[in-house]
Amino acid sequence: MAVVKLQNVTYKYPLTDTTALQNINLQVNEGEFVAIVGPNGAGKSTLCYTIAGFVPHFFKGELTGTVEVAGNESSKSNLHDWVLNVGLAFQNPFNQISGAKYTVYEEIAFGLENIGLPRDEMKERVGDVMTLTGISDLADRSPYSLSGGQQQRVALASILVMQPKVLVLDEPTSQMDPIGTREVFGVIRTMAEKGMTVILVEHKVEWIANFADRVIALYDGQILLEGKPQEVLTSDVLMDKGFGISRYTSVARKAKGLGLWTRDSLPVTLDEAVEGFKIG
Amino acid sequence: MNIEIANLHFTYPTGVQALRGVSLTIGSGEQVAIVGQNGAGKTTLVKHLNGLLQPTSGSVRIGDWETREHAVAKLARRVGYVFQNPDEQLFSKNVATEVAFGPRNLGFSDEQIQALIQDALVMTELSNKTETNPYDLSPTWRKMVALASVIAMDTPIVIFDEPTTGQDAANIARIANVIKTLRERGKTVITITHDIDFCAENFERVLAMSQGQVLLDGPANEVLGQEEVLATTYVDPPQLTRLGKKLGFKETVRNQEEFLAGLKKKDA
Repeated sequence: MAVVKLQNVTYKYPLTDTTALQNINLQVNEGEFVAIVGPNGAGKSTLCYTIAGFVPHFFKGELTGTVEVAGNESSKSNLHDWVLNVGLAFQNPFNQISGAKYTVYEEIAFGLENIGLPRDEMKERVGDVMTLTGISDLADRSPYSLSGGQQQRVALASILVMQPKVLVLDEPTSQMDPIGTREVFGVIRTMAEKGMTVILVEHKVEWIANFADRVIALYDGQILLEGKPQEVLTSDVLMDKGFGISRYTSVARKAKGLGLWTRDSLPVTLDEAVEGFKIG
Repeated sequence: MNIEIANLHFTYPTGVQALRGVSLTIGSGEQVAIVGQNGAGKTTLVKHLNGLLQPTSGSVRIGDWETREHAVAKLARRVGYVFQNPDEQLFSKNVATEVAFGPRNLGFSDEQIQALIQDALVMTELSNKTETNPYDLSPTWRKMVALASVIAMDTPIVIFDEPTTGQDAANIARIANVIKTLRERGKTVITITHDIDFCAENFERVLAMSQGQVLLDGPANEVLGQEEVLATTYVDPPQLTRLGKKLGFKETVRNQEEFLAGLKKKDA
């Protein structure tokens, strides 16, 4: 069942002439893990804002078409109700931190305070989510004193604690080292396995190929391609348009030209590459 | 102009020992990538090169200058520093003014300043954006403005802190191109990066740090092939290095050419 449904969505930011999103039609099923790829300026963050209701409730501009989450239409709902269904972790965690709280612990509890959750339940949820995201030791720190990677974990935790139906993540590991990336992808995967719907914007294509059910390639505000991760991520079209490509894909494409890769399909992950090259 | 770091220790006022005895020499015109987990001391180390931090003990020399004897403003003639987050260094109303700020402060003549600005703008592909306010540009282009404003200072040493973070493939290629041009001009380039594939493809020397010390230092292939040691500082070898290993290549490979050569050798 579709939990997110965009129909003919076109959007222009205020005071601009160019369309940030153009005629987007997109359905995401409940429990599905969808990854969005695209070069900078393709409209990935705008699409996140649109699904999360920031467009049109915070960013005004010109929105046409319909955006539905869990059967409600965003232009007819208010942001307060909307955030109960959709949580968005911003690309730049600094923009997400409320500024109203002195400690990480309070920051994470902030959303729950606003919906008036009983104190005991609030404590339990905050504790759980801090353990899950590996930030229990940061509880008493100021959110502003943290590194970029730590702020990204706090941003993710403050969204997860709300237990939204749909989790929208805009490059959640962009400021992390490989171990942080691995841990955070682990958390995201756990949430997906628990049945949360995940929409993830990400440049690290090897992770996407391992995790996502479906990949959407966005370009110039439009959906250029969509389908299974391996199909989309190895498409020739992405090469010329500045999309991130796995090194395994590009080297196999070269090798294919030299007769050193014999399979029809190209690899995205290490395992696929090893398998294909072993055969010759 | 050599960089000489001798037994460098640094302890933050909080008591955190960020550097615990770092000694190394970087020769004129070398291209060095510094890798290692968050908190390994990478940024603390490079902040000593332009005097933003002073050693708790030990010494840092840039050519014949001991950093503790010279002001940051003076060290800026020798060491340019591009911050990880461009928003921490941009403040002017348009790109041209932003890029002009550095060379103006170094006391170049008007003619020299104009030449330096033009050169930096061409190198970063910003020539058609000179009148734009940096904050009206996308984060990708703001990054290029940050690069341009440091390149325009024409320092013999340029430091990049995580230049590829949050950048798309097209801009990563642009940044690689800038680094290549600087190499051709004989500049010393030092880059902190988590992007190990970018490191493998653009740097000849790699320094791996862990817990305030240098763990590995040497030619890229030598360092990047040491999977077990790198794992202790949470660095995965580059994708093609891992693939070569899995396929049983005898030599460490780190880019497409080396990988394909290895593949042919294996088949032969």
